[in-house]
Amino acid sequence: MTGTSKRSSLIGRNLLAGAEPDVAGDAGHEDHPPRVGFFTDTSVCIGCKACEVACKEWNAVPEDGLDFTGMSFDNTQGLGASTWRHVAFIEQNKPLGRAETGIDHGDVDVLALAAQGSGTPVGEAAITPTSPAPPSDGGQHGLRWLMSSDVCKHCTHAACLDVCPTGALFRTEFGTVVVQDDVCNGCGYCVPACPYGVIDVRPEDGGAHKCTLCYDRLGAGQEPACAKACPTESIQFGPLDELRERAAARVEELHRIGVEDARLYGHDPEDGVGGDGAFFLLLDEPEVYGLPPDPVVTTRDLPSMWRHAGAAALTLLGGVAAVFAAQAGASGRPTGRRRR
Amino acid sequence: MGVRTWIQDWPVYRQLTGSDPLGRGAATTSATTREQRPRTVTADRVVKSVCPYCAVGCAQNVYVKDDRVVQIEGDPDSPVSRGRLCPKGSASLQLTTGESRRHEVLYRRPYGTDWERLDLDTALDMVVERVIRTRREGWQWEKDGVGVNRSLGIASLGGATLDNEENYLIKKLWTGLGVIQVENQARVCHSSTVAGLGTSFGRGGATTFLQDLQNADCIVIEGSNFAEAHPVGFQWVMEAKARGAKVIHVDPRFSRTSALADLYVPIRAGTDIAFLGGIINHVLTGGHDFRDYVLEYTNAATLVGEEFEDTEDLAGIFSGLDPETGHYDISTWAYRGAEVQAPQGAPDELYEERTRGASVSTAAYSESHGSGGAPASARVPADRTLRHPRCVYQILKRHFSRYTPEMVERTCGIPRDTFLEVCRALVENSGPDRTSEFVYAVGWTQHTVGAQYIRTASILQLLLGNIGRPGGGIQALRGHASIQGSSDIPTLFNVLPGYIPMPHAHAHEDLDTFIEAIKTEKGFWGEMRSYVVSLLKAYFGDAAHAGNDYCFGHLPRLTGSHSTYHTVKEMLDGVCKGYFLMGENPAVGSANTKMQRLGMANLDWLVVRDFSLIESATWWRDGPEIETGELRIEDIATEVFFFPAAAHTEKSGSFTNTNRMLQWHFAAKEPDGEARSDLWFMYHLGRRIKERLKDSTDPMDRAVQDLAWSYPTEGPLDEPSAEAVLAEINGRDAKGGPLSAYTQLKDDGSTSCGCWIYCGVYADGVNQAARRTPHTEQDWIAAEWAWAWPANRRILYNRASADPHGRPWSERKALVWWDEERQRWTGHDIPDFIPDRAPSYRPPEDAQGPDALSGVDPFIMQADGKGWLYAPAGLVDGPMPTHYEPQDSPVRNPLYPEQQRNPVREVIPHEHNAFHPSGGEPGSEVFPYMITTYRLTEHFTAGGMSRWTPYLAELQPEFFCEVSPELAGERRLEHTGWATLISARGVIEARVLVTERMSPIRAGGRTVHQIGLPYHWGPNGYTRGDAANELSAIALDPNVHIQEVKALSADIRPGRRPRGPQLTALLEDYRRRAGITPRTGTEVRG
Repeated sequence: MTGTSKRSSLIGRNLLAGAEPDVAGDAGHEDHPPRVGFFTDTSVCIGCKACEVACKEWNAVPEDGLDFTGMSFDNTQGLGASTWRHVAFIEQNKPLGRAETGIDHGDVDVLALAAQGSGTPVGEAAITPTSPAPPSDGGQHGLRWLMSSDVCKHCTHAACLDVCPTGALFRTEFGTVVVQDDVCNGCGYCVPACPYGVIDVRPEDGGAHKCTLCYDRLGAGQEPACAKACPTESIQFGPLDELRERAAARVEELHRIGVEDARLYGHDPEDGVGGDGAFFLLLDEPEVYGLPPDPVVTTRDLPSMWRHAGAAALTLLGGVAAVFAAQAGASGRPTGRRRR
Repeated sequence: MGVRTWIQDWPVYRQLTGSDPLGRGAATTSATTREQRPRTVTADRVVKSVCPYCAVGCAQNVYVKDDRVVQIEGDPDSPVSRGRLCPKGSASLQLTTGESRRHEVLYRRPYGTDWERLDLDTALDMVVERVIRTRREGWQWEKDGVGVNRSLGIASLGGATLDNEENYLIKKLWTGLGVIQVENQARVCHSSTVAGLGTSFGRGGATTFLQDLQNADCIVIEGSNFAEAHPVGFQWVMEAKARGAKVIHVDPRFSRTSALADLYVPIRAGTDIAFLGGIINHVLTGGHDFRDYVLEYTNAATLVGEEFEDTEDLAGIFSGLDPETGHYDISTWAYRGAEVQAPQGAPDELYEERTRGASVSTAAYSESHGSGGAPASARVPADRTLRHPRCVYQILKRHFSRYTPEMVERTCGIPRDTFLEVCRALVENSGPDRTSEFVYAVGWTQHTVGAQYIRTASILQLLLGNIGRPGGGIQALRGHASIQGSSDIPTLFNVLPGYIPMPHAHAHEDLDTFIEAIKTEKGFWGEMRSYVVSLLKAYFGDAAHAGNDYCFGHLPRLTGSHSTYHTVKEMLDGVCKGYFLMGENPAVGSANTKMQRLGMANLDWLVVRDFSLIESATWWRDGPEIETGELRIEDIATEVFFFPAAAHTEKSGSFTNTNRMLQWHFAAKEPDGEARSDLWFMYHLGRRIKERLKDSTDPMDRAVQDLAWSYPTEGPLDEPSAEAVLAEINGRDAKGGPLSAYTQLKDDGSTSCGCWIYCGVYADGVNQAARRTPHTEQDWIAAEWAWAWPANRRILYNRASADPHGRPWSERKALVWWDEERQRWTGHDIPDFIPDRAPSYRPPEDAQGPDALSGVDPFIMQADGKGWLYAPAGLVDGPMPTHYEPQDSPVRNPLYPEQQRNPVREVIPHEHNAFHPSGGEPGSEVFPYMITTYRLTEHFTAGGMSRWTPYLAELQPEFFCEVSPELAGERRLEHTGWATLISARGVIEARVLVTERMSPIRAGGRTVHQIGLPYHWGPNGYTRGDAANELSAIALDPNVHIQEVKALSADIRPGRRPRGPQLTALLEDYRRRAGITPRTGTEVRG
């Protein structure tokens, strides 16, 4: 999506669910830049947590506790008011999708490739993800160590924003969802509204906090701190349309080399939140990573709820009116029966 | 604000009148939101810097606003890091500006119970007074009748986290003062690398550079937790994978590196020589070697003398072993008909007939091969058919014949199929069209056979023809920002800048005899006199002239080993009384931390320079010995000075990264409070000492009086100019102009040069290390980014990327080649060869030095121009590697049951340095498990730069041990519960992480459980825990005195450790049950 000033009318559309091609435009941003987001390719994540630290450094998010969890190398535990990037570690005794490696590339001129500079084009990448070890003598089968950096999804339909009574949460011109600290009163309505459990209130300052996709940096044409730091480009930042194309090619490539488990999560504009601004390539079911399998924007049914509530109110009103009308009629024009 | 504006700014007004009727976007933004701008944009200036953690050398941009550093992030222009940073690099803002840093000088008086404040000036004067006094009291003019002019009263430790310029001043000042016990982290991390690579190829640095990993067809990562310890460098492994390369990780633990590998190979800790030896055997017996390469570029054809006997002949030892002294007479390993110049690995000793003594072989001479191989005759008989039974090729074949796949399985616990898969991958991906690369780190270096680990990989890579070629080589990953630099410009006892050996004590030795002893007849080491004289000119300036041997007599002399571990012994013996710690934390990071602390408790005074109050600064008040009651604060006489150090953002200087690349970082601001750079500290310390001694007539002060110590200072703090120091390191011609290459150095005193291999870094008076041409504007070599030694070459020995006729082995792997038309070597990289030496050139018989190199001698620093499959000199524990068990191992050596350990390993017997019964000896069952120590991504070395940093501490908040479910079951260890770990040296506790990533291994006829211990913790800091090194012993590689901490036996039991005297009682109980005596584990044979 490129910048657009021509917007379709807001009237008669469900703005809380379903397809939403111009999320920034519909939030009143004229001449806005293309919608941006994150594509987190977990198949190349090395679990270094640079994203977590870079995020905290840039956004001055406070350190939030020294808890040794025993959950593999994950001592962060989950997203929250003071954790805007969270790397999950999943140890699996699961032999699957062993990639075909050592692909013959004798005809590839590696120096010429190198001369192109950094970054192998996705189409040419044969990179293989976290793969299992061969079975050992003891019959123990391959071990996988999945790592995945989670973040606010910047939903197309963001319930946190829809329920915010103060206007602290807003949709930016980049299509992202951001809390304004100076507006937020800490009411916490947004907290249960989020289908992913991302946003939370920080007890120390009473405000709700979450990833801003580095809104301030975007305004200056800079990429978010986490994506900039990521050593292996597991976190990729860019226009959402491009990221979706790139991700589709990547999944296709992984399937081609035998990693059948590779799948995208949060990329589909038709899903329960209208597609995520931050979506993922996973190597297992979303639940394995602690992600809801089928998230739905909690305000999806709001219009029909309002309709039903409205209808109910009207019905009630009608009933009441009818009663009054009937009473009025009775007092003004006594029925014969009553008279009887 | 007018009412009108106020109303128009009201969100409801905007919602009703604007384009956002639903009030979910544009209408609701506050003024603050609309006006916010990132501090990367509002900064006053952006200063170019380099990350201070590991040695990948990621470039940083430091953003400064109102003289405060407000943001640090990656510089996208860097060809190495491409703008990326790991969690530590990302936390460097908190490291440098956080609250945990100290900014005031602290003082603990003798027997004092608390810190006191001292002002910087007074404290520095007190240190000056103590240095002068202690040096004088400990002065030795002679030892055993020969001149040594030195003082053993003072020692200095640290430098790998400092700038090259700082290391230069440290070594220079101490050398001028006659202090020889100068050491740094390089000793305990990668000293065996220098010996292993140096004797194999002629230089002790990694043979390639990180970006070249992308060109590899197969990458074997072994002895390295690459993805965790060097995450940003790991991007190049991912790049190679993206191009289809096979990535293999061999490690006792399934780590984050294994998770990204195509093949993970679990191995029993301490058996890598057996594994690599197995591959060598596979290559040799299958005829898979790259024959043309091997024949022309290695010493495969050279004949070895008749005196040499192999481990196959002598049941696990080589010829020449003296079972009494535990030393080899290495002259028995010489080439046929050639008198090896270095009978004991220290050619400087040649002039004395006392070379059989222990002092010589213990002097870590091998490390002087950092830039220049071991001396050996260049002209020896050879058999180019490789069939002669005494040729190196046949000797090698026989030596490794025992390393069969079955033996590998029995020794390493690696299934045959897996082993053969690795063999196949390497063989298939080596040859004219393909290259494979090995990557290692301290998993290989920190063993009693550390140098031989690296030798094994070197032999294999030479046989496969992978050295000097793109995508090939051996990548040594170093772990401190400038640990390569602190080896090159050494704060090491045994070498002078550029790997010139420190002179040994001899009667009547002068400069000429010293040079004669250490130079080689062939190659660039033949120009030794120019390098030494130029260094002496840099050290002593005008005072050095031909008439006084260029002050060669001023240099203090060695007598044996003065390594950091031997210095600890000197402290315990009361010889060493004053100690400087320059950014190193031995109370956590060195082996046997108790010995370290007890040594410090026996000092008169201790100076600690660091960011925070590390364990090495506070052991006298809260160390483990205080807790157990072994020491009492009131009894400790040591005076302690704490000087806060400046961060990398607060000083200018250069770091040398893991691939010999010098990168300049600029000061972004002045340090706060009393924090100062180490350049400031050393310069002003030296200035004040010289001032005090300027009128002295005592001959012992002559050297320091003559020391050239004039550097311009700048700024309000009188900071010496780091660039002026760099210019001195680079060297000057007779007119004072900058030199541009070491080939310009003269031996007549007309040139000066502080480090000959760094000559050229200030060519044309331009700071070449500060060059920052973006990688996007140059080719993949990126030669315009910073400057690498030697001569800005990025892949060493790259003459070998072309065939003997000078043509690339294949178009796909072309790097440099001979341009027939221009009669010059040319290509992508700067040729590591004499630029106009034709491939067909053969030197005349009497040629010397570089003139003696033929057109097919790619290893120009080697005495014979060849890569060494067999090392007739240079190492003291064997011309070829042999698998021996670690010092403490529950397994009997499956390869040579007659010889359990490296017979010439070095042990320092002491009541607190007891060893375990091993390999089925009675008592060995008391310590049945193997421990291996390692790094985590989230922390750094001994913790001084990470445990105090909240953003890092929260990611790995507690010291833990990794154990398999099987071991947890066997010892009833509970996940997230506590475990107590015990060795004969100490008792520690750790939280338990039960994980299938650790798996028991079947080896040596038994099941071996392995325990992983990250070594970052200590009792101080924001996250605290016991130190893994409480368990480790001082058992050393005899070549370079590196400690064995990557494989040691221990016991583990559930629950927390006892406190107080009960802890020593438990330790005593274990020692008694194991039947440990002072002799246990110290045998030479058996």
